[in-house]
Amino acid sequence: MFAYIVKRLLGAIPTLLFLVVAAFFMMHLAPGGPFTSERPLPPEVLANIEAQYGLDQPLWKQLWDYVTGIVLHFDFGPSFRYKDRDVNDIIAQGFPISLTYGTLSFVVATLVGVSLGIAAAIRHNSWVDYFAVSLGIVAQALPNFIMGPILILTFTLWLGLLPGGGWNGGQWEYLIMPVIALSTSYMGNIARLTRSSMLEVMNSNFIRTARAKGLPARSVIWRHAMKPTLLPVISYLGPVFVYVLTGSVFVDLYFSTGGLGQSYVNSALTRDYAVLLGVTILYGALTILVNLLTDLAYAWFDPKIRY
Amino acid sequence: MKHTPKLALAALLSGTFLSGAALAAGTHPETGEQLADDQTFTYRVLDELSSLDPQIVEDVIGSEFARDLFEGLMSQDEDGNLVPGVATDYDVSDDKLTYTFHLRPEAVWSNGDPVTASDFVFAWRRAADPETASPYQWYMGLMSIANGEEVIAGDLPPEELGVRAVDDHTFEVTLSSPLPYFPQMTTHATTFPAPQAVIEEHGKEWTRPENIVSNGAYVLEEHLPNERSTRVRNEMYWDNENTILDKVVTLVINDENVALTRYMAGELDRTEVPAGQFPRLKEEYPDEAISFPRLCNYYYTFNLSDSGPEAFKDVNVRKALALAVDRKIITENIMAGGQPEAYTFTPEAVAGFTPPTVEMAEMTQAERDEMARELLAEAGYGPDNPLSFDMVYNTSEAHQKVAVALSQMWKQKLGAEVELANMEWKVFLEERGNQNFELARGAWCGDYNEASTFLDLLDSDSGYNDGKYSNEEYDALLEKAKTAGDTTDLYTSAEQILAADMPVIPIYHYAGVYMLDSDVGNWPVNNVEQNWYSKNLYKIAE
Repeated sequence: MFAYIVKRLLGAIPTLLFLVVAAFFMMHLAPGGPFTSERPLPPEVLANIEAQYGLDQPLWKQLWDYVTGIVLHFDFGPSFRYKDRDVNDIIAQGFPISLTYGTLSFVVATLVGVSLGIAAAIRHNSWVDYFAVSLGIVAQALPNFIMGPILILTFTLWLGLLPGGGWNGGQWEYLIMPVIALSTSYMGNIARLTRSSMLEVMNSNFIRTARAKGLPARSVIWRHAMKPTLLPVISYLGPVFVYVLTGSVFVDLYFSTGGLGQSYVNSALTRDYAVLLGVTILYGALTILVNLLTDLAYAWFDPKIRY
Repeated sequence: MKHTPKLALAALLSGTFLSGAALAAGTHPETGEQLADDQTFTYRVLDELSSLDPQIVEDVIGSEFARDLFEGLMSQDEDGNLVPGVATDYDVSDDKLTYTFHLRPEAVWSNGDPVTASDFVFAWRRAADPETASPYQWYMGLMSIANGEEVIAGDLPPEELGVRAVDDHTFEVTLSSPLPYFPQMTTHATTFPAPQAVIEEHGKEWTRPENIVSNGAYVLEEHLPNERSTRVRNEMYWDNENTILDKVVTLVINDENVALTRYMAGELDRTEVPAGQFPRLKEEYPDEAISFPRLCNYYYTFNLSDSGPEAFKDVNVRKALALAVDRKIITENIMAGGQPEAYTFTPEAVAGFTPPTVEMAEMTQAERDEMARELLAEAGYGPDNPLSFDMVYNTSEAHQKVAVALSQMWKQKLGAEVELANMEWKVFLEERGNQNFELARGAWCGDYNEASTFLDLLDSDSGYNDGKYSNEEYDALLEKAKTAGDTTDLYTSAEQILAADMPVIPIYHYAGVYMLDSDVGNWPVNNVEQNWYSKNLYKIAE
């Protein structure tokens, strides 16, 4: 197991390097640069600025300096757009925010989704089932960019209960709407997935055997049905966790949370190369890590899988 | 020649008169309005500011901060007139090449150190220094400071820049050529003083709330990037007694509709009105929905370079297209925010600018359409040989609506076949800058309140002249205006040339369209540059 983890982590290094190189060249292929503006800078001013940021060097040199900067000093370079700040500052400020509401959204989506799915499967074809299924479908049809405005209109404008945005150090009333907006559609998916998986498991031979030997329904469900039910759900949860952390652009946008998703998109639009690369590397590393965790969780849930 | 801006004396007098009054009483010392207990002004900005460093800041949002946190030689009043800042007045030499600014001795930094002429010398050299790599380095060149261009290019050390501290309270600037609007240019953030010791101690982190030292009416209390910033009254500011607002909060809200909702929920005192929503809001909230002219234009530029289409080289074609644009439909039905229709490149609101009588502006739309058809026929285009071209704009809902309307007008009235294309901002700038277009959207906001900030764009040598328009007579007029005493007639003549040559199609001039809480006092709607200072605002009790 330990050897497997080490092997996977070592294997991540070339993957990340490839990601950096690919992102670097794709970024430079896009027309325009960080200092292209409506007011084109006089050539000598542009030259001064490019020299300051090393953009006057050949591309391979820029890439080399960038990678060595990270490896040797853990320095992701300066932001070209926000001139008082480094990429390290921007990530240090935005990532904890994204991580907080992303993790909360993930937990909420998983707990509510799995509970709904199980309730629906156990009370198959009853009102509980219909209710859970309808709720799941509605939730699934409400991506965060629809939920955002609906929530703000309802809770801020009409009811006046919650602040319409901001972060305020992660105070609870600032967290509610971002978490609901981000978790809803995933919750719907998880509920649907759990329900169908559980229905399948409940109809399988080993459950019938467990029932036949007289085990109480509770033990059948918790001890025998639970693990196999959650296997397909887990393979979905891995990517979801990465999505809630990285795909939070709309939440950042609507709720002004100051999270990293917004910086990511802005950096692409403004060609803030260093920020774009830095966040890409972070998200890449996160994806690799979460994939590994998912695979490990798999082994725990399914005895047939061993590393 | 001695220049004491007219308000200087009044301000000084009222300063002594008001001592303590503003703090003790709950009424405004001049208007007598009842002041609110909570003097906090909260407003929305679209985006995170680029920098808080006055020499480096390049965006409008950052400049608004700079004007509150720092104070330059001169400031602007509610109408955009020049009023004293750190300098009480200035002298100009007879050859108009030397400006001597007299700094007020009572001005101090927020750490108690006096603001001296060497703080300005340091700041101006820093702005011009290639080492600083400021995106506004060019501004020091634009100010015509002696040796400015050489310092910018790195050919001379920053110490050679034509600025000097005569003594602690006398700052002298030498120009390379006379510049009539030079004093106006000292209201810009690039020219604000900078605290040398603090910058040397903290490097680029000197603008963090825990490090920053500033000399304006406010100090930075909190800055949470992409979320919120707070600036609070600077107790050390020389005119603190007359500052009424205690606190200014900026919230970053990207989506303008969300911002409007939060305004409605009472979280904001000011926000922008999304395009097209002004009439409805004006009806529902007549005291809060406001619109006033801004110093920005919106136009389409023809590509007149060799890579441009042959058809656009014919002035009749250009005129026909300009005539066929029904600007009323665009300003009233699409933008609907009180934007003025544009028939000249320079907005009418610009100070010292009298728009010429443009033939087109005097006609009815039916007459314009008739004339457009005639001109186009004269140029050899008609049903058998329809005019066809591409037009590009940068991706945005409002720009798209305008572009679609324009193409439909040209199709219906002139039978022109127009291909529309939109591009992401940076791609658009690259393509337009390389003359890879036929007809392209353009817009420009004035850097200062003077017609040359617009007209220079169409100078043959201008780096901003993406359509590559070139007219010697026009260039000569602008050259002459640089040193002329009264420039009004020169600018009017320049616009007349544009009206005859039609290198661009002016569509409309911008309006500032805001929702502004009626308890915000003294918002400078007449300051067309919208250079506002929080120290001039106040909150009225409701």
